[in-house]
Amino acid sequence: MPPDRAALARLPAASRFILRGKPAAVTAAGNVFGIGLPEQACRAAVAADRAALWLGPDEWLLLAPESEGAELGATLARAMAGAAHSLVDVSHRQIAIEVSGPNAEAMLNAGCPLDLDPGAFPVGMCTRTVLAKAEIVLWRTMPLCFRVEVSRSFAAYVWRLLEGASREFGPQPKRCGE
Amino acid sequence: MLLIVCPYCGERPEIEFSYGGEAHLVRPKDPASLGDAEWADYLYARSNPKGVHAERWRHTHGCARFFNALRDTLSDRFLATYRIGEQRPDLA
Repeated sequence: MPPDRAALARLPAASRFILRGKPAAVTAAGNVFGIGLPEQACRAAVAADRAALWLGPDEWLLLAPESEGAELGATLARAMAGAAHSLVDVSHRQIAIEVSGPNAEAMLNAGCPLDLDPGAFPVGMCTRTVLAKAEIVLWRTMPLCFRVEVSRSFAAYVWRLLEGASREFGPQPKRCGE
Repeated sequence: MLLIVCPYCGERPEIEFSYGGEAHLVRPKDPASLGDAEWADYLYARSNPKGVHAERWRHTHGCARFFNALRDTLSDRFLATYRIGEQRPDLA
């Protein structure tokens, strides 16, 4: 956890897949992915360096280290062969930004209308939502740490918006995202 | 801010949603057999009530699912939301 009161950091590249499908395909995917895909709405499941985020009743975002992407895609497709599903590699569609520190909630609330109090948005909760004019996926990974997934075309906009919001809480973030 | 209860995600801010028109409209089984007036009626005529209105909404910037809602067009209050395929709830 960075010592800054409100810190922004660009997270390393990752493999990302959007999976949509019926229970048969979803169960098969969970078995080879190593994490049962969460059935509870707006919840993420994590194991080691992989994560599965619930985005909709039949839609998940799968995250894994960048180097595993090609093999993982093939493995998932093989496991779900025969069951109706859609698996799309979106690794390069979006980037991830980490918003952390005691003022992380306030920074995000500069553009996001959700109630981010830990009672309403606990650790492990994730959802697609809006940050000002951009659509993001917001995931609370730790009590004072959020992961923001945003389309790369919106990344500069989101970064500058959060950077602007962070000025209220002290010096500007030192690690630049671009 | 107006809060709308998504049947999947719960209470969420209005700006995550988009409106999808009147609910429970059934497309005619054989459009080719319809006259122009009947087809136009299906395409364009809407009930437009003053009061309780069943309408489709989509949680576009959330779970991205369509659902139905009962909204009072007079007060803009959402009286109920329910999943596609479920019966329209009885408010009485």
